[in-house]
Amino acid sequence: MQKISTLEILLAVFKRDISLALRRQSDTLGAVFFFALVVSLFPLAIGPETKLLQQIAPGIIWVSALLAVMLSLSRLFNDDYQDGVLEQLALSICPLALIAVAKILAHWTYTGLILLCISPVLALQFNLSGIAIEVLLITLFIGTLILSFIGSIGAALTVGLKSSGALISLLVLPLLIPVLILGTLAVDAATANLPYSVYLYILLALAVLASFFAPLACAAALRIALD
Amino acid sequence: MDIKSTLSKPPSSSWNWFSFAAPSRFYFLAKKIIPICWALAFVLGAIGLIMGLLYAPTDAQQGDAYRIIFIHVPAAWMSMLLYVAMAFWGAMGLIFNARLAYRLSNSIAITGALMTFIALWTGALWGKPTWGTWWVWDARLTSELILLFLYIAYLSLYSAIEDQRKASKAASLLAIIGVVNVPIIYFSVKWWNTLHQGASITVTKTSMQSTMLMAMLIMTFAFWAYAFAVILSRVNQKTLDEESHTDWALTELKRLKANV
Repeated sequence: MQKISTLEILLAVFKRDISLALRRQSDTLGAVFFFALVVSLFPLAIGPETKLLQQIAPGIIWVSALLAVMLSLSRLFNDDYQDGVLEQLALSICPLALIAVAKILAHWTYTGLILLCISPVLALQFNLSGIAIEVLLITLFIGTLILSFIGSIGAALTVGLKSSGALISLLVLPLLIPVLILGTLAVDAATANLPYSVYLYILLALAVLASFFAPLACAAALRIALD
Repeated sequence: MDIKSTLSKPPSSSWNWFSFAAPSRFYFLAKKIIPICWALAFVLGAIGLIMGLLYAPTDAQQGDAYRIIFIHVPAAWMSMLLYVAMAFWGAMGLIFNARLAYRLSNSIAITGALMTFIALWTGALWGKPTWGTWWVWDARLTSELILLFLYIAYLSLYSAIEDQRKASKAASLLAIIGVVNVPIIYFSVKWWNTLHQGASITVTKTSMQSTMLMAMLIMTFAFWAYAFAVILSRVNQKTLDEESHTDWALTELKRLKANV
């Protein structure tokens, strides 16, 4: 039998998740449209006053991004758990934590990255300045990565449960509050022409910590579920 | 662990750190401790409240409104401490695969959530006369609210998973992940530096009058004793429920039924 290296397994897992996401277009695009829709609801609820909207835009876009990522999390491991793929992956020679990393990065590619692509357009709707949009994009780039990593823990803990949607949000959102605070603070600082790099550095630090510890926690949670 | 083999050994001669990890031994130990804890909770609570409400002087700035501090601060301290304790016993459960540690962890969760709720509620009652508002989006208040959400997350994850063993493990893992939030609560005062007054008690000097401080510390011990009493009772109840297939639990259940 041909020997397969760890890297090949991880690439295969990544590619498989991406192609699955491409085939479930209603789900993948659904999260993006949900994001755009929720962001557009706020002006309708609050009123069309430009100055107020400009002030609260970073918060609106960030909260909507959080909710959109939550929507797509419940399928991260659940489908694989239902059809038995997850059990096979757990038995492979590759450590489960690394497989989790591959799946998380795939999840980020088909949710976070797409949210990132349409967020400048949404930011323009709120009349954000050029520098603010730039910082928003950087924070969303780092932030959505953290969302995928920490969110994966919630997805792994609720694997196999019948109604996991609301539960995942309940588990994960409190843990993501620091990310939300830092992301919006950075954009606010950029809008006010204040130094914002400190928030980006802390966000990056959180991203590094999350990308190391979250897959380990994720693998432990998956092992509990597969036990 | 096999109950019968541990019971057949003479209990006193081979004592070690894991002696009371045997549910049967822990049950009878806890049964002795619980009444002491209840007595301590009532006596200390009475002394602390009498000192705090009758003898402690009126605050120069806040008048008598500050007196809710004797409930508010112990509850806030307990809420954070219990979260750490819950995560600690969850970790013990995961490391040693001990049922008793999981039971402790689960039993702490409800009392912890209650303490967080009391801290938030009394904080709102305190905020109205002193700040003029029930709620401000201040760092400490907000992180206490997040702590309540973390407790709720733990409890709902535990109740959502039907298999009790898996539920204990998953909830313990969540508690360990969430415990990173407790230092954030503690240091948030310095980080965000907003409306909430700074901590009145530091290790070197306190800005509080000594009767007030004494009353508050006594109330804290009363809350501790209460927490021990209810948590141990809950553990014992779970033990009897889950170990009802063993001989000692059956005889204990029969004895309890006969006494009713």
